[in-house]
Amino acid sequence: MRKEEYQKLVKEFTPKENKWKNAVIAFLVGGLVGFFGQVIVAILENSFALEKMEAYSWLCVILIFLASLSTALGFFDNWVSKCKAGLFLPTTGFAHSVTSAALDYRKDGFITGLGSSFFKLAGSVLLYGILSGFILGILGVIIYG
Amino acid sequence: MASKKLNNIYIKDAFSLAGPVEKKGCIKDYDIVLDDYYFGEKTFEQSEIKMQKTVIDNLLSKEKLIHSDVELLVGGDLSNQISVSSYAASHFNIPFYGIYSACASFVQALIAGSEYLDNKKKGNVVCVTSSHNLNAEKQFRFPIEYGAPKPTTTTFTATGAVACLLTKEETNIKIEGYTIGKVIDMGIKDASHMGAVMAPAAANVIVTHLAEFNRQMNDYDLILTGDLGCIGGQILVEYLKRAYGLKMKQHQDAGCELYLKSQEETYAGASGPVALPLYLFNKVLKQKKKSRILIVGTGSLHNPFFVNQKLSIPAVAHAVSLEVNG
Repeated sequence: MRKEEYQKLVKEFTPKENKWKNAVIAFLVGGLVGFFGQVIVAILENSFALEKMEAYSWLCVILIFLASLSTALGFFDNWVSKCKAGLFLPTTGFAHSVTSAALDYRKDGFITGLGSSFFKLAGSVLLYGILSGFILGILGVIIYG
Repeated sequence: MASKKLNNIYIKDAFSLAGPVEKKGCIKDYDIVLDDYYFGEKTFEQSEIKMQKTVIDNLLSKEKLIHSDVELLVGGDLSNQISVSSYAASHFNIPFYGIYSACASFVQALIAGSEYLDNKKKGNVVCVTSSHNLNAEKQFRFPIEYGAPKPTTTTFTATGAVACLLTKEETNIKIEGYTIGKVIDMGIKDASHMGAVMAPAAANVIVTHLAEFNRQMNDYDLILTGDLGCIGGQILVEYLKRAYGLKMKQHQDAGCELYLKSQEETYAGASGPVALPLYLFNKVLKQKKKSRILIVGTGSLHNPFFVNQKLSIPAVAHAVSLEVNG
C-alpha cells in the first residue's frame, strides 16, 4: 500500500472534531469570563473608587492570580481542555502556561529548571507579542505621523 | 529473516505495579497499585525509578532468588537515555542490558533475554519495563498541569512497571519464538495519533512472522498488540485486510482493553511499554487457557525535536509467540 492510500485509510478511521461545537463552547466560556471581568471592574469602580484604567489593571492581576492558583490546585487544566479555546484568553491562558511550566520544572533547580523553562510555552507569546507591537508601533508612526 | 524458534525458554513469574488511573480500569488485581503518582518520592522521575526497583525486588523475593541467582537484567522505558531503567539497575548487583524501542521495549526485552538464555542449560533473566504518565507528558508533550485540548486519537501513557522472570525450567508459559520487525514510516506526522503511526509496523511484523514460521492467522488463539489504542487497533485490522488480504478476527489491543470506556481522560486507550505486559500478565495469562498467543509490541520512534521539524514518524514492532499450557 502506498503512503497516500494509507493516509486516506487513517482519515477514514479518525473521528472528526466537531469544530462548531468547540467554537460555541469557546464563545460561551470566553464570553462568561469577559462578563465576570466586567462585573469585577464594576465592583472595583463603585466599591473601591478606582479609576477605569486602574480597575482594568487590577482585573488583570486578579485573573492572573485566579488562573495561576487554580492551575496549582490542579483542576484548571481540565477546565481549559474541556472549554477548548474559551479559557485561552490572553490573560488566563498566559498565566496558566507559565504556572504549569513552573510547577513542572521547579524540582530541576531554580536556575536550570524553573528559570530556564518558565516561559517554555509563553515565550512565543512574549516574543511575537512584543514584535508585532513594535511593528504596529512603527506603522502607526508612518501612517499617522 | 529475523525470526527464530527458541528452545525451552519459559516465563516463570511476573510482578506488576499499576498507577492510580489503571487501578480504576478493567483489571482489579494488580500486585501493587499506587494511590498517587509520587510513590513517596520527591519527583515523578524518581517515582518511576522506585517503581522499577519495587517490581524487581518483589519478583526476586517472591521467587526466593538473590541477586547472584540472576544472570542478566534487561530493561527499558520511555525516559531520555532510558535513565529510569539504568538508575533502577544501579540498585542491583546484576549485569544490566538497557534497550529502547519506545513502547515495543517490553517485547524487545523478552527477545534479548530469551536470546541470551537460548543456548544455555539453565539460568535466570529478569526483564523489566515501566512508564509513568506524567514523565511522558513532560518529556513528549506539554507541562503536566497544562490543559492543552487533545484530539480523540490521543493515547494516554499508562503508569506502571512490570518485571518478569525468564528461565529454562519448564513452566506453563513457553516463549517459542520471535520475529524482529522493520522500522516503517508511512508518512504520518501527527504525534497525537500514534495508533496510525504504528499500525503498519504491527501489520508488517505479523505478516512476516506468519510467513517465516509458515503459519496461518488461525494458528493463533490471540494476537495481542501493545498500545495501538482503540482507533489504531481498527486501523490495523483494516490495513491487514486491504494491504495483505488477511482477516484477523482474534485481535485484541492491550491499550484499548486496559481502561474502561467511561474513563474519558484516557481518550483512545493506554500507551507506553508497560501497557502490554500489564494486560498480558494480569488478564490474558490469568485465564490459564491452553492457547497460542502472538504478542506484538509496537513502538512509535519519535522524539519532540523531529516532530517539531515536521518529519514523519517511523515505528517498529516486534513479535513474540507464546504457548500457554493451561
